Amino acid sequence: MSVQTAVVKAVNRRRRIKPWIVLAYAALIIGSIISLIPFFWMVTSSFKDPSKVFADPPQWWPKPWLWSNYAKAFEKMPFALYTWNTVKITATCLVGQLLSCSLVAFGFARMRFPGRDILFIVLLSTMMLPAQVTMIPVFKIFATLGWYDTFLPLTVPAFFGSAFFVFLLRQYFMTIPHEMDEAARIDGASTWQVYWRVLLPQAKPALATVAIFSFMAHWNDFLGPLIYLSTPAKRTLALGLYAFQGQYSTDWNYLMAASTVVMLPLLILFFAAQKYFIQGVVISGVKG
Amino acid sequence: MSDRRKASKLLRREAFEGYLCIAPWLIGLVFLTLGPVVFSFIMSLHRWDMIKPAQYVGLSNYATIFTDDFRFRQSLKVTAIYAACAVPLGMICSLALAMLLNLNVRGMRIFRSIFYIPAILPGVAVAMVWLTVFRPQGGVLNTLLGYLHIPPQPWLTDPRTALPSFIIMSLWGVGGGMIIYLAGLQSVPTQLYEAAEIDGAGSFSKFRNVTLPMISPTILFNLIMGVIGSFQVFTSSFILTQGGPGYATLFYVLYLYQKAFKYLQMGYACALAWILFAVILALTLVVLKSSAAWVYYEAELKR
Repeated sequence: MSVQTAVVKAVNRRRRIKPWIVLAYAALIIGSIISLIPFFWMVTSSFKDPSKVFADPPQWWPKPWLWSNYAKAFEKMPFALYTWNTVKITATCLVGQLLSCSLVAFGFARMRFPGRDILFIVLLSTMMLPAQVTMIPVFKIFATLGWYDTFLPLTVPAFFGSAFFVFLLRQYFMTIPHEMDEAARIDGASTWQVYWRVLLPQAKPALATVAIFSFMAHWNDFLGPLIYLSTPAKRTLALGLYAFQGQYSTDWNYLMAASTVVMLPLLILFFAAQKYFIQGVVISGVKG
Repeated sequence: MSDRRKASKLLRREAFEGYLCIAPWLIGLVFLTLGPVVFSFIMSLHRWDMIKPAQYVGLSNYATIFTDDFRFRQSLKVTAIYAACAVPLGMICSLALAMLLNLNVRGMRIFRSIFYIPAILPGVAVAMVWLTVFRPQGGVLNTLLGYLHIPPQPWLTDPRTALPSFIIMSLWGVGGGMIIYLAGLQSVPTQLYEAAEIDGAGSFSKFRNVTLPMISPTILFNLIMGVIGSFQVFTSSFILTQGGPGYATLFYVLYLYQKAFKYLQMGYACALAWILFAVILALTLVVLKSSAAWVYYEAELKR
């Protein structure tokens, strides 16, 4: 093939590819706009005068921008309290899940004991069980313990591991070379030191993924708080937002301000730790 | 002799420590999973409101559900229609988006974020936003349709358009599936495409004969997760419609929740939960069984 024909071919190829790329961009941009419209609507509505939220013709841009909507929403809904409740629950669950899941995963990945492989299959099969099957008996157990209307039913289960996170961490531990813990053992490290000093520091990326997904699950949880909490002062943000809607169902601007505030921590977390979000989804999809 | 005893002592010690490691999960398994599973099954044979002692009624909860419960049939129908529409639509959209992103377009990360973010937000806040989007008067969706000269739709307020509204809303959350597909697409070896090109394959033929088989395990995963997820819709239906109008959006788990925590028919709700489990399990098994025909595992061929 002469240089000339090669060049002609390359030029042709570039020409041929171009319309595809333009179409792809068009599709992506249109898709993004569709995807962003609900956000746009939420944020702009949160700054509008209540009479303008559903005005005809529609007001696409708030006129004037009422920052005071946020102050008023904060007055009507005790955000600080609900946020504090949510933070307490989420942080406790986070610690509980990181500790319990990593320890259990360590046991399955590194220790030899009779029945280990069967138990691991049991662990995997519990992932198939829909939460609705155990929901009512677990509710009964917690109610009998006198834990109704406390945070305990929402936090304590986190200390007993979660099948999916155990699985994820165990797979990660399996990729860490055994030489690492053998060297530590020869230096006289106990099992717990191997777990705490050798494996945990090695597994930071996997732990970060577990932390993020645990945070997301508990911050966003609605059914749990709905079932277990009844005192208004104990509400989480998700439950508080629902109650707010029931009380002020006509004040859409405040409702949108409240929704924006509830979403904000997750958006910040996403942009701060995007890598781990993506990684977590990928691991769950590829290995699951 | 003493060496062997020492070794067995070490093994026993390791086993003991191993059980200690998995003890948190074992305790949870007994008290939060296996125990409740057994208890739930027993209670599904009882009439039980959690206040008065439970009363054994045999299989009558199940009998009522299958022969004399309009809302059970309705909720199963609603959920099945939703799953049958939202799952394939969601899979097509997420695969299409993933393929667009896989063209190595500039700004790929930004697009990826835009599509993925809705999937991580709290369901309650998302539902609030869609409540305003779907509002018949002045809602953003009808406003946009107006620009295209399409008459306004009643969306959530009419039995005919309420369930389709949920399906539209579900498409907003396709970002999770998209990321899984994207990972699948990126792991397809480029040599395969090059080989196909040498054989004279066009774009469609490359997609049909290289991409699809290579990502079929990912499709299987997304299909199973999609089916399981769509049978467990709760928050959005609870907040947007409470199952209405009529019973047009009475999703199965919403009905189960109402039976348990609104009408306090706990035994009945346990029976509903077991039926849900059976349905999900059956669907998963059917999908897995069928997958032998359409999922391509590279390792299989090598063996």
